[in-house]
Amino acid sequence: MGFLWDNHTVILDAFGEGLILSGWAALFALVVGTLLAVMRVSPVPPLRWAGTAYVSVLRNTPLVLCFMVFTSAIPHLGFTAEPLTWAIWALSAYTAAFVCEAVRAGIKSVPRGQAEAARAIGMTFGQSMRLVILPQALRAAVPPLGNTMIAMWKNSTVAAGFGVAEGAGALHDLLNDHADKIWTLFIGIAVGYMVVVFAISAVFRLIERTWRYA
Amino acid sequence: MTLPAAAPDDRAAAPAAPAGTPQPLVVLSGVNKHYGDLHVLRDIDLTVHKGEVVVLLGPSGSGKSTLCRTVNRLETIDGGTITIDGVPLPEEGRALARLRSEVGMVFQSFNLFAHKTALENVVLAQVKVRKRSKEEAHAKARALLERVGLAAHAGKYPAQLSGGQQQRVAIARALAMEPKLMLFDEPTSALDPETVSEVLDVIRALAADGMTMIVVTHEMGFARSAADRVVFMADGVLVEESAPEDFFTAPSSERARDFLAKVLHH
Ligand SMILES: Nc1ncnc2c1ncn2[C@@H]1O[C@H](COP(=O)(O)OP(=O)(O)OP(=O)(O)O)[C@@H](O)[C@H]1O
Ligand SMILES: [Mg+2]
Repeated sequence: MGFLWDNHTVILDAFGEGLILSGWAALFALVVGTLLAVMRVSPVPPLRWAGTAYVSVLRNTPLVLCFMVFTSAIPHLGFTAEPLTWAIWALSAYTAAFVCEAVRAGIKSVPRGQAEAARAIGMTFGQSMRLVILPQALRAAVPPLGNTMIAMWKNSTVAAGFGVAEGAGALHDLLNDHADKIWTLFIGIAVGYMVVVFAISAVFRLIERTWRYA
Repeated sequence: MTLPAAAPDDRAAAPAAPAGTPQPLVVLSGVNKHYGDLHVLRDIDLTVHKGEVVVLLGPSGSGKSTLCRTVNRLETIDGGTITIDGVPLPEEGRALARLRSEVGMVFQSFNLFAHKTALENVVLAQVKVRKRSKEEAHAKARALLERVGLAAHAGKYPAQLSGGQQQRVAIARALAMEPKLMLFDEPTSALDPETVSEVLDVIRALAADGMTMIVVTHEMGFARSAADRVVFMADGVLVEESAPEDFFTAPSSERARDFLAKVLHH
């Protein structure tokens, strides 16, 4: 315990960095993933194809590969940015594919009659999505989105290998200097991750509860 | 003194049409539709006049719903033409959305927006499609809910309402758009027997107010009393069109006689 306390600024800073990474990635992934889901159910074939292609590629390749694209391949083209920025891009791009699938399942769970009534009363595709389908689909998607966000938080550790000083990275660094404290460190850092997971679960349960209609 | 600007609706009335001459509102001519190999609509010719109540009868699978849904292009057609107020149905896009907003549709399964209260259901498209102000839309919605006898239930969600109440909200939602025409596809088929009449009464009152409508129904009593004209369909063909009394007392086709024998002795 004392050892963790002595290093608490290092550990907390690391978790702070990880939370910044995951917070931004959550925001981008939710927005982009929802747009991808709408593309995949849109009446415009090229949009559907683009959405499907994106999801197929990102869901079926390892996250590390995605990080390499953003930290090596794209900078190689002459773009520069902080490691944290690239990590946010990579994690957002990867998670968006999973958000898309959760939202798409939500859209499918909305009865056909809802979209039909929306069309029949004169709404365009965009209006019917925005005003009728998505509000219901996103409610249905809250539990799977919670799981996606938990997976994303754990996936964010991959960033440690790409120059971002997040929680697991801090563990690695501390272990180099204090090999004798291995169990303390492991348990301390694991508890840190779990606390965040519980917090994410709690937030999503709260959203689920308050966002329900009769 | 200035002359009143000619409203688009005045066209049909233009050159000295004698008062009382029926004016066509919906005209289907030579309409055909297939689902794969199934020929669901076969050379349908049908004209519905302003203020007319046309009841569409026929056995299950004869194409009544399909026909009803082609009128606001929820179903596309393979051949023929459909015009509303002299204008061919737009293919797609905003023009089609605008047309649909002028044709009310009531479904068998109500299809109220599940995440909106009764009041919000009636308000939503007024504001988002018709671009009315919130105040105006709310006032209109309250008046319409009053008219269908549901003022006290304005704040309830669809799941908290009975089937008959949901269907009356659905009718109010369609009326809020001030449609030229209302389409009803078996509006009472999903209802408990004791709530059927509360919905039929609302539809009868609408008919009495002069609303043009096409009603698909299995309620023969309603067809007989509320229809101006009965259209009988079988296997995708319009078999017979007649005044309700004639249809129910002396159907001219074999198919209609069979149909009536089945439904009336049921
Ligand atoms: N989307 C579809 N795809 C394929 N076939 C369809 C589709 N919708 C309807 N059909 C078929 O078209 C025919 C006409 O259907 P429709 O729903 O118009 O009949 P209906 O007269 O309304 O019958 P009911 O009284 O049972 O409602 C039926 O044989 C039906 O199975
Ligand atoms: Mg039907």
